[in-house]
Amino acid sequence: MSNPQQLRYSKEHEWLSVAEDGVSTVGITEHAANALGDVVFVQLPEVGDTVTAGETCGELESTKSVSELYAPVSGEIVEVNQDVVDDPALVNSAPFEGGWLFKVRTAGEQDDLLTADEYTAFTAG
Amino acid sequence: MSSTDPASARPAEQRRTALDAVHRALGATMTDFAGWDMPLRYGSERDEHLAVRTRAGLFDLSHMGEITVTGPQAAALLDFALVGNIGAVKAGRARYTMICRADGGILDDLIVYRLADTEFMVVANASNAQVVLDALVERAAGFDAEVRDDRDAYALLAVQGPESPGILASVTDADLDGLKYYAGLPGTVAGVPALIARTGYTGEDGFELFVRPEHAVELWQALTKAGEGVGLVPCGLSCRDTLRLEAGMPLYGHELNTSLTPFDAGLGRVVKFDKEGDFVGRAALEAAAERAASQPPRVLVGLVAEGRRVPRAGYAVVAGGDVIGEVTSGAPSPTLGKPLAMAYVDAAHAAPGTAGVGVDIRGSHEPYEVVPLPFYKRQK
Repeated sequence: MSNPQQLRYSKEHEWLSVAEDGVSTVGITEHAANALGDVVFVQLPEVGDTVTAGETCGELESTKSVSELYAPVSGEIVEVNQDVVDDPALVNSAPFEGGWLFKVRTAGEQDDLLTADEYTAFTAG
Repeated sequence: MSSTDPASARPAEQRRTALDAVHRALGATMTDFAGWDMPLRYGSERDEHLAVRTRAGLFDLSHMGEITVTGPQAAALLDFALVGNIGAVKAGRARYTMICRADGGILDDLIVYRLADTEFMVVANASNAQVVLDALVERAAGFDAEVRDDRDAYALLAVQGPESPGILASVTDADLDGLKYYAGLPGTVAGVPALIARTGYTGEDGFELFVRPEHAVELWQALTKAGEGVGLVPCGLSCRDTLRLEAGMPLYGHELNTSLTPFDAGLGRVVKFDKEGDFVGRAALEAAAERAASQPPRVLVGLVAEGRRVPRAGYAVVAGGDVIGEVTSGAPSPTLGKPLAMAYVDAAHAAPGTAGVGVDIRGSHEPYEVVPLPFYKRQK
């Protein structure tokens, strides 16, 4: 599996697009989606919520387990992906595309996030 | 994201089945199960589940524990050691039964195959194989019978699903039409000597094939080829769990444990008080039966979610602000398209359709409907 070069990654397996007009898109990586198995339920933050980097902001439920979703960056939620709420399998089938989770207006820098190559090395190790 | 899946914690030493290289070549996600490194899933567990319901699935169950009991008093020993009437089982048939402690607590649930008048194969859960073996050896004292650990003597493959009779028939001369549910006969499958049993744990028609480990790969490949045209897929333990949950089948460590007697588990029918002679646990089980009749214990029921949040083992079942039970198994059901759970609940809330029952899912009370088990029954 390949991790898109233009994205940044957290060690909790979220990806984050580089902010355009201060807004970044967040999802979970293909590595994480594969590890979870079939995702059957997603609970996302609501538009207007403030999330804090490194803190939980939702959950992803698969057949066998429930996993917490962490915010990779602090900011205000400006959009959530209703398609993935209606069809959680999108997280498995298109984790970097149609399976994105939410958009956040970022409040700070994301210095501690990994590049694609760093994340690939992190998940290989 | 951080997973709470206990499968991520792996013990240092894991046993591998004879099919280990096959699973890895197929790209299986492996998981620790009772000290064995077993395939959890090969691709999507949902697809594997639906394949078993509609076509066929192939499982490696080599982690199960086989114990052979032979000798003139083999049947008498098993009648003493187990709660079932094993002496009444005809050669070539199998029986679902349990082994209990003297206090009536369930040590394991078992399938016993009577291979001949004086030869039986006891199949124990992987997690309890040693416990069952030790108990049988101890209980064999004074009986003219031998208890043999055959865990390393067998690999176990299962073909389950509506296409399984056709798939198996294409690679064996054994009389499958004459092989009833819960029966087993020795035969040859794809040139390999096998004990062919019409048993399984999926709620579908299917077969379990006990073979020598050195034949496992050859048999797996032959069955894979035989099933190619009808959609047979390799299946892991993940879908096996959702299949058995839909079929309302108990799993040791979830619905069954040493703190419950068969009567507490709603499975008192497996205890045969009318068999000859004493058996381990008789006095305690008679008391448990009386207790269950006069003062109903918690009842194992089915719960179907109205929403999409999934109940997990250990979650509280609630009604009117009170805890009235506990979830023992829960999962999203691929067949029904909703989360399901098995749970022990107080008798007052156990009737199907009881209003106001919910499950506490991490602090939020989600509504659930009480339904009879099983959730799914195949059309014959």
